[in-house]
Amino acid sequence: MAAAVHLMKTPAELALAETFAAAADRLPGTPDIAAGRAAAFAQFSARGLPHRRVEAWRYTDLRTLMRDAAPLAAPPDAAAKARAGGKGALFAAVAARRLYVVNGAFVPGLSDLSPEPGLAILSMAAALAQGDPLVAGHLGQVVPSDDAVLALNTALMGDGVVIHVAKGTALARPIHIVHVADLAAPAALFVRSLLVAEEEASVSLIETHEGPADIAYQVNGALEIVAGDGARVSRVKVTAEGSAAQHLASLSARVGAEAAFSEAGFVLGGALVRNQLAIRLDGADTVAHVCGASLLSGRQHADTTLVMEHAAPRCESREAFRAVLDGAARDVFQGRIAVRQAAQKTDARMMSRALLLSDTAEANAKPELEIFADDVQCGHGCTAGALDANQKFYLMARGIPATEAEALLIEAFVGEVVDQIEDETVRDALMGAIRAFLLARR
Amino acid sequence: MTPLLEIEDLHAEIEGGRKILDGLSLTVNPGEVHAIMGPNGAGKSTLSYVLSGKPGYVITGGSIRLAGVELSELTPDARAALGLFLAFQYPLEIPGVSTMAFLHAAVNAQKKKRGEQEMTSPELLKRVREIGKSLDITAEMLRRPLNVGFSGGEKKRNETLQMLLLEPKLCVLDETDSGLDIDALKVVSAGVNALRAPERSMVVITHYQRLLDYIVPDVVHVLAAGRIVHTGGKELALELEATGYAQFQNEAA
Ligand SMILES: Nc1ncnc2c1ncn2[C@@H]1O[C@H](COP(=O)(O)OP(=O)(O)O)[C@@H](O)[C@H]1O
Ligand SMILES: [Mg+2]
Repeated sequence: MAAAVHLMKTPAELALAETFAAAADRLPGTPDIAAGRAAAFAQFSARGLPHRRVEAWRYTDLRTLMRDAAPLAAPPDAAAKARAGGKGALFAAVAARRLYVVNGAFVPGLSDLSPEPGLAILSMAAALAQGDPLVAGHLGQVVPSDDAVLALNTALMGDGVVIHVAKGTALARPIHIVHVADLAAPAALFVRSLLVAEEEASVSLIETHEGPADIAYQVNGALEIVAGDGARVSRVKVTAEGSAAQHLASLSARVGAEAAFSEAGFVLGGALVRNQLAIRLDGADTVAHVCGASLLSGRQHADTTLVMEHAAPRCESREAFRAVLDGAARDVFQGRIAVRQAAQKTDARMMSRALLLSDTAEANAKPELEIFADDVQCGHGCTAGALDANQKFYLMARGIPATEAEALLIEAFVGEVVDQIEDETVRDALMGAIRAFLLARR
Repeated sequence: MTPLLEIEDLHAEIEGGRKILDGLSLTVNPGEVHAIMGPNGAGKSTLSYVLSGKPGYVITGGSIRLAGVELSELTPDARAALGLFLAFQYPLEIPGVSTMAFLHAAVNAQKKKRGEQEMTSPELLKRVREIGKSLDITAEMLRRPLNVGFSGGEKKRNETLQMLLLEPKLCVLDETDSGLDIDALKVVSAGVNALRAPERSMVVITHYQRLLDYIVPDVVHVLAAGRIVHTGGKELALELEATGYAQFQNEAA
């Protein structure tokens, strides 16, 4: 569908145009990269911010929700870097290699860059400036997309992390990218990262996002993942941004044959959070597990929009999402399983469930199957409802107070997806975060 | 002697619905076992729910006292902490909540409310295993989520385990015999009988007298149309088995 030229500009769109015009010359990159930025901005500009008539953004009208665009964040000063060192504490118990991205800038001085055979880590800004072939060869090409928010990231990306894991390398430790916003005033962070796991490589990536309360900062992040044949790649992401933050993130992942890929996303903080996941199973006999949970209260709005594309035969995918909604929070889950003609014997199953803890919370779910192969097993389902009053009574009849009974039931509800994560210390940390959410409800 | 349970002229209805309990009175002294029998739909389960404070039921008159304490305004957990235990006719399955985590939460919530020393996980595990053994509850069953995938009989044994662990003052057993084969019935009855004590009382709700061969009551009541219409000794159960409830239903009408 040809996009109509978008003439009416919102204040946010006008501000973004000004930002791009002012920053284009100093954003990192070779002339090729600069040309890519200009093309991406033109693509964005032609259509403007996505709104509810754009199908993929139907329940998250960004044109309305993003009133203004904050200026680009300045690089972090020494004090900000020092403060960032204590962040990512949620996963303190996980013996990970920690890499820090503060206000959108990769901070090598804070990061654990101790050498490990088969592992290369680079700042995205440096890679763009040098025209690094790995980056040039993958940027925007992992899963091609015409999404406006991703285009905006391509136009304005400042820094991020580039990770390369060589063929056959199994990393000794998970990599934890600690994203920190350390800001006293609204600012915009455009972060771009790339993970390339070559054939038979094995890597587990954790990302956490956190920032100050009450400051309307804006994060636009993009991560591209290439998992080669036989690779094992997992990512766990925790979005725990500050209470006034807007967080828009795009994951594009392409997975080869006989590989194992897993993605788990947890939304715990942020006024507006959108996680869009485009995962393409490109080689045969691969297994993918995608799960996530949003725990929302107040007026939080979280949107998970997933496209799981089966492009090769005999792959198996499982998608499981949960939302726990209190106050006037709103959760959106859009999940599409797309099975290409070549993807015979696909086995895909998707389930989303929302738990509504208040009358004013809202859950929107739109599961879809798009199937072009004839010999497949695909299914999806979604439910939304309140806590089971009979279960709660049963627990209370044994002496468990109401709030604790509810907490047990909510933990069980979210636990169904947390349990799918392989690493026990990661699971325990997540259950801890979920308990903290439940305590805050009391 | 203060009665352990004293129900006086209790009237209760389903929220926004019909009246179920219609002037029910019942007094149970410490150490006594009372059986409540009655036709289907008489209000036996409703009585057990109203006693334990299930939402959705409204008490429109009368009173319920447990060891002298008025229950009708208390939440279900507060009633449990005072020593009331209901063995459910249909125990619920709770996916995702492990049986041990549930038992731990229940025991310690009650102890905390009563100002008693809480149990550690190893202490609890030891005690649960002991009780489990006496009820043919395997370690594998304890590892499963609460009641999930349990057969009817396993669920009833699990209810009995909870009762033995929590050591309530008043046990209300709602059709504990339903869904049990004769062997399971013996196991469960032995568990219940082990709890019989001078300071503890039981209200055993059943539709059939079979259970009363194993848990022998001191008093038998007939509940029909929302109230106790007849009271007798344990021989009344056998009489009912032979004659049915029709005479009492007429009496109640
Ligand atoms: N939640 C409910 N909503 C409507 N009617 C109910 C409900 N629970 C019980 N009843 C009705 O109340 C009456 C008593 O039920 P119950 O207490 O379960 O009887 P019993 O246990 O003696 O068989 C029956 O007529 C039953 O249909
Ligand atoms: Mg009943």
